Amino acid sequence: MKNWIVAVACAAVVSGLLGAAGAAQAKTLVYCSEGSPENFNPMINTTGTSFDANKPVYNQLLQFKLGTTELEPALAEKWDVEEDGKVFTFHLRKNAHWQSNKMFKPTRAFNADDVIFSFERQWKDSNPYHKISGGGYDYFGDMSMPDLLDKIEKIDDYTVKFTLKTASTPFLADLAMDFSVIQSAEYADALTRLGKPELIDQDPIGTGPFELVAYQKDTTIRYKRFDGFWGPKPKLDVLVFSITKDPAVRLAKLRANECQVAPYPSPADLPSIKDDPKLQMQSQPGLNIGYLALNTQKKPFDDVRVRRAINMAIDKKAILEAVYQGAGQPAKNLIPPTMWSYDEAVEDFKYDPAAAKALLAEAGLPDGFETDLWAMPVQRPYNPDAKRIAELMQSDLAKIGVKARIVSYEWGEYRKRAQQGEHQMALLGWTGDNGDPDNFFVPLAGCAAARPGGGNIAKWCDKEFDALVNKAATLPGQGERAKLYQQAQTIMHTQAPFYLIAHSIVYVPMTKAVVGYKMSPLGDHRFDQVDLR
Amino acid sequence: MIRFLLRRVALIVPTFVGVTLLSFLLIHMVPGDPIEVRFGERGITPARLAELRHSAGLDLPLWQQFLGYERQVVTGHLGDSVVTHQTVWSEFLTLFPATIELSVCAIVFAIVIGLPLGIVAAVRRGTAFDYGLMGVSVTGASMPIFWWGLMMILVFSIWLGWTPVSGRISEQFYVEPWSGFMLIDAWFSDDPGAVRSALSHLILPTIVLGTIPLATIARMTRSAMLEVLGEDYIRTARAKGLNGFRVVVVHALRNALIPVVTVIGLQVGTLLGGAILTETIFSWPGIGHWLIESIQRRDYPVLQGGTLLVASLVMLVNLGVDLTYGFLDPRIRR
Repeated sequence: MKNWIVAVACAAVVSGLLGAAGAAQAKTLVYCSEGSPENFNPMINTTGTSFDANKPVYNQLLQFKLGTTELEPALAEKWDVEEDGKVFTFHLRKNAHWQSNKMFKPTRAFNADDVIFSFERQWKDSNPYHKISGGGYDYFGDMSMPDLLDKIEKIDDYTVKFTLKTASTPFLADLAMDFSVIQSAEYADALTRLGKPELIDQDPIGTGPFELVAYQKDTTIRYKRFDGFWGPKPKLDVLVFSITKDPAVRLAKLRANECQVAPYPSPADLPSIKDDPKLQMQSQPGLNIGYLALNTQKKPFDDVRVRRAINMAIDKKAILEAVYQGAGQPAKNLIPPTMWSYDEAVEDFKYDPAAAKALLAEAGLPDGFETDLWAMPVQRPYNPDAKRIAELMQSDLAKIGVKARIVSYEWGEYRKRAQQGEHQMALLGWTGDNGDPDNFFVPLAGCAAARPGGGNIAKWCDKEFDALVNKAATLPGQGERAKLYQQAQTIMHTQAPFYLIAHSIVYVPMTKAVVGYKMSPLGDHRFDQVDLR
Repeated sequence: MIRFLLRRVALIVPTFVGVTLLSFLLIHMVPGDPIEVRFGERGITPARLAELRHSAGLDLPLWQQFLGYERQVVTGHLGDSVVTHQTVWSEFLTLFPATIELSVCAIVFAIVIGLPLGIVAAVRRGTAFDYGLMGVSVTGASMPIFWWGLMMILVFSIWLGWTPVSGRISEQFYVEPWSGFMLIDAWFSDDPGAVRSALSHLILPTIVLGTIPLATIARMTRSAMLEVLGEDYIRTARAKGLNGFRVVVVHALRNALIPVVTVIGLQVGTLLGGAILTETIFSWPGIGHWLIESIQRRDYPVLQGGTLLVASLVMLVNLGVDLTYGFLDPRIRR
């Protein structure tokens, strides 16, 4: 019987019973997102897709100013840092209200209890919510919070004091990161009473500009404006994430005005998007770096002359033209030029195969050598086609007598082996989390990360460089810190543990009706100040 | 009959164990596990990796993991997704109606169009129509779904603007997911616009998913009809002076339908395989999408549980078919 109902319905379609859909009343923006969120709690998420889906709902104590990596107050109106750089006192906002849902109607506004609950949930085994939803707080661990935090104290309802074990200026930027969201302690208590604590990560209650209306897995996430939001009133009534995984389909939906913003276009579609009179496109260099790491703990890359020779032997311009196709800018430092402390004075190695060959001869390798060259099996934001790049590098290196054998593994296996240091040369990269230079230098080139399993896959440990970047993390002033980071960049250039390829350029196509959208250097997507013409 | 029934049901048990074992072994043979996949370029200390693997039970020998999983399955618990932390059951029940809705529409489309085309081709054997149709059906059966889907979107959604690009309903409608079948939920939403939108979103995916079964059904109908039309009893019917329509539809088609129905049954596999691609192109939130993603994320519980549920469904359908045969033809019961 059901088949017949559906058959009649399908026949109705074919016979053209269709008309235009009804008119929308509310001001609705549809964002063609690239995937489904893992859940609705960024504390336990690891992907940008999930962070984007949570941004409308939640707030942190601090936030990144729209379109920048500068910090500004969010749930904390202001903060004081004591001279030793270890004690941070946050003065909380009194007008931040909690959203509500079918299970929960808040009886109080946001206060210090919520801050304590949110951090202790991630930090302490004894918190009743610590084990909920798997209990894996990856970012909290990755940003070394358990090692950094000494205590968190409630001074009064609107004042919280964080004491660290060691001074850390990037700590403030960590508090603006997605994992540092503030959840409602009162909601947690209500769910405990209902016997459904896991819903805290599925039916989110936040203090953000939009509240979740419904989530249909792999289909849509629907939000409506939250009128109790403490910040500027959002201009949209309804925000919809239409989950569309294929980039060609996202673009088709954008062209059909089925969505108004569609991120991550295919590089091949960029020219046609630029030419489309109905579309506009924003772009900016991403907070990322794609590189070839030279394993300094393996021969012959333990010799700086060999590393410099490799840097001179590869034609960067050719790689950018052939692989990035206009969506990348050449890299000479580990951090992108949009980041403060970027050292303009560093001069990139010139492409000079003859000089490279001479340098190899000086290092006792006049006939070159054999090496492996690892290429990732996947496309990454900083590297659109690692295998193609490896082929170009292979051909350039052959010109100075270096025979590179291209190796690849399944992506998880690749990272694991590279982080163990099994390679001689390996392609990889990084996307920044919080706009602080520390977030590039320490995990990618610090001595602690050079251990087996660590993210420094050049396995390069330079004591002078390490001392500079570690000291910079403890200083309060940006000016002083920048000086140290610039010295560190000079050392890195001289020692050449990496062949730095490019910082990719990120594009966000949208229809011309969209106004007020600002790209974030951190790669996230925010709609609190977006409007439709 | 009861012995036959018991024998058939008993055969399900080893098949069931085989499917769980196979799905378990296949996903464990793929390098990387859910913990390793989660950590990107940052890396993870060996101690933390060991701790997380231990808490997820991934450090146990494979046979112990399998026995633990079987014990869970027997009690009806398929585990929780390591990514979303929701139960596999609840995710499956949320997504499966979308796959069913699309598959039913596609097979109905394939039958409604394929059957008459096959009949006409047989009746007009050797004409331009016959050759043209068979040419088109060979093309249809060999069309890569991914390319075909994108072409349909390009022509009907972008150039002509007749159909929506993807999804199940326009974002301006919010329909409470009561049954999971968008057409039914839209119907009960009392908003005619929602029903129209849900219908219009079904057109392209239905055509794309239904193309291969349509071509197969048309070809099978044609050859079965040709065979039956050459039988003596058809000649007799014509000699009796029955009109052509009655001879073809009443006398020939009924007998020609037996192999055609078998082929239609076999299309269920094609539909489920094709649904994975079609769902990806049209952002159709069904189980195809879900299973592919679970492989990428090494979400063991979802992949094992999802495979098991789909396989169980196929087993149940097969059992039903076998029992029906047994009921219809007593010889099979022996």
